[in-house]
Amino acid sequence: MKEYKTIKDVAGPLIFVEKTHPVGYGELVSIRLSNGQLKNGQVLDTSENLVVVQVFEGTSSVGKEAMVKFLGDTIKLPVSEDMLGRILNGAGKPIDNGPEIIPEKKIDIIGAAINPYARLQPADFIQTGVSTIDCTNTLVRGQKLPIFSGSGLPHNEIALQIARQAKVLGSEGKFVVIFAAMGITNEEAQYFMADFERTGALERSIVFLNLADDPAVERLITPRMALTAAEYLAFEKDMHVLVILTDMTNYCESLREIGAAREEIPGRRGYPGYMYTDLAMIYERAGMIKGKKGSITQLPILTMPGDDITHPIADLTGYITEGQIVLSRELHRKGIYPPIDVLPSLSRLMNLGIGPKKTREDHKNVSDQCYANYAEGRDLRGLVAIVGEEALSERDRRLLKFADAFEARFVRQNRLEDRGIADTLAIGWSLFGTIPKQELTRISPELKEKYYKAAQEKEITVQVKR
Amino acid sequence: MKDINKVGKLFRIAGPVVVATGIDAEMYDLVRIGKEKLMGEVIEIQNDKTIIQVYEDTSGIKPGEPVYNTGKSLSVELGPGLLTSIYDGIQRPLPTLKDQMGDFILRGVDAPGLDQKKVWQFKATAKKGEKIKTGEFLGEVEETPGNMHKIMVPFGVSGTLKELNSGKFTVNDVIGFVEDSNKQKHELKLKQYWPVRVPRPSAKKLSPNMPLITGQRVFDSLFTLAKGGVAAIPGPFGAGKTVSQQQLAKWCDAEIIVYIGCGERGNEMTEVLTEFPHLTDPKTGKPLMNRTVLIANTSNMPVAAREASVYTGITIAEYYRDMGYDVALMADSTSRWAEAMREISSRLEEMPGEEGYPAYLSTKLAQFYERAGRVQPLGTKKEGSVTVIGAVSPPGGDFSEPVTQNTLRVTKTFWALDAKLAQRRHFPSINWLTSYSLYLDTLEPWFADNVNPDWRQLTGDCMKILQQEEKLLEIVQLVGSDALPEKEQLTLDAARLIREFLLQQNAYHEIDTFSSLQKTRLIMKTILQYYAQAQSALEHGVRVQKILDIKSKVEIGNAKFNKDFEGILNGAQKKIEAEIRALS
Repeated sequence: MKEYKTIKDVAGPLIFVEKTHPVGYGELVSIRLSNGQLKNGQVLDTSENLVVVQVFEGTSSVGKEAMVKFLGDTIKLPVSEDMLGRILNGAGKPIDNGPEIIPEKKIDIIGAAINPYARLQPADFIQTGVSTIDCTNTLVRGQKLPIFSGSGLPHNEIALQIARQAKVLGSEGKFVVIFAAMGITNEEAQYFMADFERTGALERSIVFLNLADDPAVERLITPRMALTAAEYLAFEKDMHVLVILTDMTNYCESLREIGAAREEIPGRRGYPGYMYTDLAMIYERAGMIKGKKGSITQLPILTMPGDDITHPIADLTGYITEGQIVLSRELHRKGIYPPIDVLPSLSRLMNLGIGPKKTREDHKNVSDQCYANYAEGRDLRGLVAIVGEEALSERDRRLLKFADAFEARFVRQNRLEDRGIADTLAIGWSLFGTIPKQELTRISPELKEKYYKAAQEKEITVQVKR
Repeated sequence: MKDINKVGKLFRIAGPVVVATGIDAEMYDLVRIGKEKLMGEVIEIQNDKTIIQVYEDTSGIKPGEPVYNTGKSLSVELGPGLLTSIYDGIQRPLPTLKDQMGDFILRGVDAPGLDQKKVWQFKATAKKGEKIKTGEFLGEVEETPGNMHKIMVPFGVSGTLKELNSGKFTVNDVIGFVEDSNKQKHELKLKQYWPVRVPRPSAKKLSPNMPLITGQRVFDSLFTLAKGGVAAIPGPFGAGKTVSQQQLAKWCDAEIIVYIGCGERGNEMTEVLTEFPHLTDPKTGKPLMNRTVLIANTSNMPVAAREASVYTGITIAEYYRDMGYDVALMADSTSRWAEAMREISSRLEEMPGEEGYPAYLSTKLAQFYERAGRVQPLGTKKEGSVTVIGAVSPPGGDFSEPVTQNTLRVTKTFWALDAKLAQRRHFPSINWLTSYSLYLDTLEPWFADNVNPDWRQLTGDCMKILQQEEKLLEIVQLVGSDALPEKEQLTLDAARLIREFLLQQNAYHEIDTFSSLQKTRLIMKTILQYYAQAQSALEHGVRVQKILDIKSKVEIGNAKFNKDFEGILNGAQKKIEAEIRALS
């Protein structure tokens, strides 16, 4: 294989190579520096006279003396079931001092689009053990549901808790977690790894780690590596895969960096115009396929810069994913964990996964009623600040109390608490216990008949006990 | 004539945009790229370089690989078999792709748009020896039960019909031939081709003076859409866009439905693909798919194919229009289409316009929407129409962004779906203050002739009351409704009746799901009559509270859920009248 010493320019993470043989678009590149160090890259633009290569490890110490070799193949991930329990770097190489992974085969990491006609509509309820997700923003198998967070909020804890507790009730099949970290700090990574090891979750996981000090360009392939492994396990090995991608904001920053280095015309806030398609090619690699037993559920995490939900990263993500879980700084300040704000949160596939036989017949009604009461209660808080609580009607005061109780008992739970859906719904009903029956407008009369009285009695006994 | 160089070679590859040299191409020629013959389209010519957008992934393609020019533009295959089909953006049937390459869409696979083997029963209506022209009907095929597919003389062909046979044919069989004035023979088949970026011609464009009747009261009464008109729907999160679209597809009086899922979510597209085939056509009791064509191009499928998908859809719609049918086309979402244009434009390193969109965005949008319309087709006296309902998804819900603004400039009807109304369980969640229709006056004669001369008066009055309510509500929020003058309290009451009994409609109730124009009119009339009578009672000194307490008003609402709406509404009207008279 020919090596070239014809680097013309080096700019940011890119090198420009002249006078090569015809090089394929997307081809993998190996670069040998004058000090003997090896770097990897990928072809971004190829023509007869010039080839543009993005270097995954960054271009530090790359000079005109470096030797460039085109490997004639696009980036592929060697996959095998032995990957479970392993820790790999952002480019898919083991970093846990374990043996090399003997691949069963190698798969192109770009991944093809699932034929919409071959997709199976998601319908299986995933119990995460977190009330605010299970009841009001239900996750279903095959869904992509991002966590919209802000810097300093406990999104990592929530992701871990979900990874630990997620299960499909009454279902067989192997459940695995693929964890892809992009640009997170070493400390965060340690936290994740410690938790994985402590709970024994590691043996049913694959971890891809690209840390904050790892090359930024490598981040562009990390999620693709993770999803390639996920597709292999889900659609060839019949496993149910939960993919956690954190932090997508770092990924988008890298995308912008490459765009700027190529002197592309920037779109909104300097992010490239193709970011929507690029993100879609990651997020859309979730779902279920007719006739296949496995599934891919995605839980991407992104920190919204300045807590701004209209920021391009959050906005474009919201247009591709099926809803979002939004974390609230206000709840976090109040000391409530998990600080999930149910009002702007949404699960678009919720209705497919709940109801009789799936969860319980009253699930939808309880969720709607909690939502409605909490929304009204929150609005009233603003009013109280102006007019004082005395000026409120009896009903308004009840709603205000409901909002507080909702946060304290429904939203708040322990980091280790795995709340079943029945318990979650029971808390919901017990909150309704303080509200007169006729004000529960979102609940059908039959269900009120069945659950309300018991809840009210229980509420009284709870209060007596206190 | 100089020899056209049909084979060139690739010079540069950068994602979905590639550059070829040594090829004589014209704009929008369809080309095949590389050894795998990936499909692409010429989008720019610079000196000896030809710039091509590729509909498939270009990984691994090298400079120097061959490029073949087919000399044709990106075209769709038109003929029997379109209905019930599910296509990707460049008319490849998704079920066929699944059979050929499995669950994932790989590249380099070619699949014709129509089933090439299926045999159709063709019945000739044109006679041998007749003089025929482009677009005239040769005969018909029953494409799906009850849907007659007219076979038309292809574009550019005219002359004497020398031979035409009825019988069983595939789309590729020759059914006859035409001899033109130069004694040249032209073979006739069931199928024909049409380049997607060129509007199909018609004899005459007609003004949109007929409404598209949707059976949804809020659309039919206040925000009417004309047949051949264009409506825009913004689709914020959770506003019930899908249900609205399905209701329109089910109930609007178009004969053919074309649905384009452009850059949408895979799982949501699956919902459409799984639910549409289960919908029954309320008019015939048969599957709705029998008169539907679906085009599905999810956000992760190649961006160039997404750009092409809306053209593929509207060409199919125009083809059925030319048979004299009314076609409704739904494009969800045109914002994704505009983003595809932006992406390709930025790869071409074009000078960007507003927010990075190409400067020609407004032209392209206008050209697309201009393909809607009511026309006199070339081959038949029966008028045909294409009505376009385009969804826009403004980022961050900001309506001032370029795609929404440029869309509003060319669309005359705006149905503002409102997530807040949806949360209040007001369905269909169309905001009556921000929505508008500019067709109301042009359609007035039609409603006067076909429903009742008072239609425009009634809808105008309802709208006026709703607008007054909005102003009054601002005051109510400050001082409370009891502090309002009695007359205005009455206006609030009338507005409430309009909102609850006219605008709200239950898509899942077997009777309320469709409301005839007569029913819609009678509901409006009953509410307005009550309002007029109540006002005059007020002037005669009746206390407003007594009027507000009138019980029989509720019966207007009952009419929504009952087949005998006339009886109930007339009864309600009499009772209300009696109650008011008793007060004064």
